Amino acid sequence: MKNLMIGNEAVARGAYEAGVRAATAYPGTPSTEIVSKLAEFSDVYSEWAPNEKVALEVGAGASIAGVRTLVAMKHVGVNVAADPLYTFSYTGVNGGLVLVSADDPGMFSSQNEQDNRGYGKFAKLMVLEPSDSQEAKDFTRLAFHLSEYFDGPIMLRITTRLAHSQTLVELGEIEQVEIKEYKKEAPKYVMLPGYAKERHIAVEQRIIKQREYAETSELNVIQWGDRKLGIVTSGVSYQYVKEVLPHVSVLKLGIVNPLPERLIKEFAAGVERLVVVEELEPFIEEQIKIWGITVEGKNIFSLVDEYTPELVEEKLLGNQQGNDFQFKNDLPGRPPLLCPGCPHRGVFYTLNRMKLTVMGDIGCYTLGALAPLEAIDACICMGASIGSALGFEKAKGDAYDRKTVAVIGDSTFVHSGITALIDVVYNKGTSTVLILDNDTTAMTGHQNHPGTGVTIDNKPTHKLDLEALVKAIGVEHVRIVDPLRLNELRKVLQEELARLEPSVIIAKRPCALIVKDHPKQKYFVDDDKCKSCKLCIKIGCTGISFNDETKKAYFNEHNCVTCGLCPEVCSFDAISLKEEH
Amino acid sequence: MEGTKTRNILIAGVGGQGTLLTSRIIAWVLVDMSYDVKVSEVHGMAQRGGSVVSQVRYGSKVYSPVIKKGDADILLAFEKLEAARWLNYVKPAGKVIINDEQVDPLPVISGKMKYPQNLEKQIVGFINDATLVKATDIAVSCGEIRAANVVLVGILASVLNLPAEKVKEAIKEMVPPKALTVNIKAFEAGYNLV
Ligand SMILES: Cc1ncc(C[n+]2csc(CCOP(=O)(O)OP(=O)(O)O)c2C)c(N)n1
Repeated sequence: MKNLMIGNEAVARGAYEAGVRAATAYPGTPSTEIVSKLAEFSDVYSEWAPNEKVALEVGAGASIAGVRTLVAMKHVGVNVAADPLYTFSYTGVNGGLVLVSADDPGMFSSQNEQDNRGYGKFAKLMVLEPSDSQEAKDFTRLAFHLSEYFDGPIMLRITTRLAHSQTLVELGEIEQVEIKEYKKEAPKYVMLPGYAKERHIAVEQRIIKQREYAETSELNVIQWGDRKLGIVTSGVSYQYVKEVLPHVSVLKLGIVNPLPERLIKEFAAGVERLVVVEELEPFIEEQIKIWGITVEGKNIFSLVDEYTPELVEEKLLGNQQGNDFQFKNDLPGRPPLLCPGCPHRGVFYTLNRMKLTVMGDIGCYTLGALAPLEAIDACICMGASIGSALGFEKAKGDAYDRKTVAVIGDSTFVHSGITALIDVVYNKGTSTVLILDNDTTAMTGHQNHPGTGVTIDNKPTHKLDLEALVKAIGVEHVRIVDPLRLNELRKVLQEELARLEPSVIIAKRPCALIVKDHPKQKYFVDDDKCKSCKLCIKIGCTGISFNDETKKAYFNEHNCVTCGLCPEVCSFDAISLKEEH
Repeated sequence: MEGTKTRNILIAGVGGQGTLLTSRIIAWVLVDMSYDVKVSEVHGMAQRGGSVVSQVRYGSKVYSPVIKKGDADILLAFEKLEAARWLNYVKPAGKVIINDEQVDPLPVISGKMKYPQNLEKQIVGFINDATLVKATDIAVSCGEIRAANVVLVGILASVLNLPAEKVKEAIKEMVPPKALTVNIKAFEAGYNLV
């Protein structure tokens, strides 16, 4: 029987079938499930690395040592890992290494929409792109063989839609793979200029061989149909094309870098009109144009947002899809929001009230940018808050710094905040940094990290002491606060902002979703005391609402977890605990 | 299942309401019945109380994992506003099942917008076959408000004519043992409702 699997689980299965022995990652939607799945196998060494660069370096070491290794990350993670990636492409592998890049067209959970097939070209990597879970498994497995055969890391490029769609998978046998012998081989693994020159030649030869392989590989197939229209496509876009245009000719590319010139020319010559359907950059299209072939693509398809079957139908058949029911009122949007009981809420409420300039960072707490909290001024990439705060201070001068804070989560601080804090101390900044320590990587589904003291397979390990670390960096003023004690938080913020030295405030309270025992007792609003000021609504919590008819606040009991924030906010003492029965 | 036309089910709700479990249970049964099945899910940020949708497609051969706009045979909405939001995906002759539940989204909580009134009446004006069900109340009477999603599994399973025993097997696979009894009860309450 076949199994339904999301793409990520299928990637993990493919790696396991190929005898993978090491798997490293830093979590990031839509890639996270790959290595958390592999961690379930006791014969695979799996880890959450502190960031993607380290993940790839650990992977490179495991590969050089001789085992098959998988490294997974979201698209922007490859930016962090780009340095080792470009040069690991030169050294090549010993045990096969597959790097999974999970791109996010449509930005379901990301800060940009970059198309990582471009890395294939720049770093001279072979890039495979599956179109469903069966292919995700099969291509991953094959990728380990190709990696060893061609002596180079292979990139498996997937997208959110593939990563998180379940389709049927036929399982294969588990390969019994010997760990390869490690031989010292400095000219291959030590990238000094003299050795690297030789390796660069090897890389250029490798890509030529890979191009030849792509010409005849069964991953690249022509499906001849009606020859009036020929579509070149890859990834999930292939499924959309088959769905809405079942009769046209299709060239399905499973290897998107390097591209097979002869095969594409043969296909182009066999059809009247040639169109590329690809998410999102004109990666295949531009290469075809370089070969002097007339081809369409981004002249009709968008460079932004995820593709859909109705988009393909509209662009290629001209049909407008869907109904257009008009409701009497505009439908309010439903953006994600901080959970009831979230320890981040009180922090952003306070930052908003204090009218501070906030250099934000990436995590659940980025939601503090949305109304009604609206307390974040900038957010670029993981770790950017601290450096940006320093830059802001240096540009605007000291007075402004009395109003500027950096806000960063615990996992993000370990990922890439530490070096920026060193910069603050080194270059005599006076920034105030708030570390939101909720004891987990909440955003991506609660993964452990070095600060939680627990490994990917739930084993206890050394717990990184953030306070000691920050002090060792040279920050003398380190304060620990409970983010639910708003008065204290405010006072500490005022004191540290006033100080002409760097300081760190660690707001410590576990994520509400990992706390098992919220109080059973519930709150109520005393209507006589409630003055309809709506301050409690300004915290943006689904636990409490305002009744426009009675003009009083009220609790949504099954959302509220009795965290204690709204009674802190209320100036009229109108919120109290119900008597227990 | 040779020659079966592809059927499309859209399951919409609010992150945290358990739409994922619903689509997974239904899909498990469909696979067991030898259909080709594809399910699209939403993971990540939207699960924090955002608008989420699971899409289930089944037939003899399914290509796209997502439903084409205007092509859903059934929309199962866990919440009224989400029913309205995804209505343009439903075939005019399709079926809409709406859980009678209102979850205020952020723009409503923060007072910037009002929760639209009489959504269900407007929906019936667009799609004839639309019904309001009280899955949340039913779940409460089964003893666990969080089992509303499994009440909805029951309702959907009976609409799709899925064998109850198979669905129970799937539930057994997918819910933690200590929650099994209440979930089976919730399923049966939903299954026998229609
Ligand atoms: C380079 C990079 N890797 C991974 C991600 C995905 N991601 C976004 S925030 C985050 C960590 C959030 O954890 P933390 O800083 O502890 O904040 P929390 O969500 O727990 O509040 C991750 C893994 C990303 N956006 N960029």
